[in-house]
Amino acid sequence: MSDRFKGILDAITRVRGVRGAMIVVWQDGLIVSDSLMEGVRGNAVAALTSSVTKYAEKVMLASGMGRLQFLHLQASNGVLLVVATRSEILVVAIAEPSVNVGLVRLELIRAAEAVK
Amino acid sequence: MADDVRSMTAELVRDPTSLVFLRLGEVLRAEGQADAARKVALTGLERNPNLADAHDLYARILVDASELDHAQRVWESVLQIDPRHQGAHKGLGFLHYSRGDLDTALDHLELAVAADPTNQNVVQALQAVRNVADSLPAEEPVDAFAGFEGQDRGILLVDSQGRALAGRVVTGEGHDGTDAVAAHLAGVTQEMVRTARMLKLGDWQWLVVEGTDGNAHLTAPSADSLLFVVRGRDVPPGRLALLADHAGDAARTWLAAQRP
Repeated sequence: MSDRFKGILDAITRVRGVRGAMIVVWQDGLIVSDSLMEGVRGNAVAALTSSVTKYAEKVMLASGMGRLQFLHLQASNGVLLVVATRSEILVVAIAEPSVNVGLVRLELIRAAEAVK
Repeated sequence: MADDVRSMTAELVRDPTSLVFLRLGEVLRAEGQADAARKVALTGLERNPNLADAHDLYARILVDASELDHAQRVWESVLQIDPRHQGAHKGLGFLHYSRGDLDTALDHLELAVAADPTNQNVVQALQAVRNVADSLPAEEPVDAFAGFEGQDRGILLVDSQGRALAGRVVTGEGHDGTDAVAAHLAGVTQEMVRTARMLKLGDWQWLVVEGTDGNAHLTAPSADSLLFVVRGRDVPPGRLALLADHAGDAARTWLAAQRP
């Protein structure tokens, strides 16, 4: 991982409750860079995030809500948070269910600004 | 009548397996001898537990005693033995009619007539219930989200197969996006379930998506439905979640009212 991306992702993973963060190419789910706790399967996170955000954007476009910018999937044992950049890059965080979503969202947006 | 009772009783004493208990129980009912009729029916049932007519007799005795729930269970057990049993369908038709459930009453009475179209008592009962049903004013359709802000453009309830159940989605340009959104929601939900399972996130609870022109919130008010609420960017995701919560309550109430 380059120092540039490492610094970007570290700012996200420093938020309490974040299990991992990664930068992913939206179109094909390839990992650009990641910083994950042990046990988090990076390839699976990247591929599934790419897929679910594509479906979610279809719904947004069909409902006239425009292009996807941020996605928050809340589940009983964790959350998936995603910010999409205009250059088709996803910045992804996977975290505990009780994480401060607002704080992670801010860091994801900062990261997206930095990578685009 | 008393002679009949005596002769049938004597026949039962001579031959306890005789099916004459069915007529004897009926005569005792007609004479108002409820306890004796019940005893005869129960004794007959002990010897003939799979005889649908014996259960039917017992159910009618229970109705005489105003034990309607028990009677219903007995008639339902009759239909397990003989799905076309006319007496059971007639009895269940009566019970549902007495509770005001005309649709179910009509279903049973139509089956009773189908079992024996020559039985004029049942034909007349069916006609009487049809007349009552026809005289009732048609029910007004209930809007699931009546009174909700944006009910006509930004709330949509769909089933798990992507079919719209209530509400609609209208885009900013005024296009009705209901069907397209409903179809896509099934796909996004399948992906969410898969994602949550494979990433060991547990059961999905809700999805919030912020777009360039508005925000969306997706939940599942029941196991087989999805609720999608969208608003412009002026409604922040937190407030959208509250709106979705209230709409979820309304959706659950509406769904419960739709079930037969």
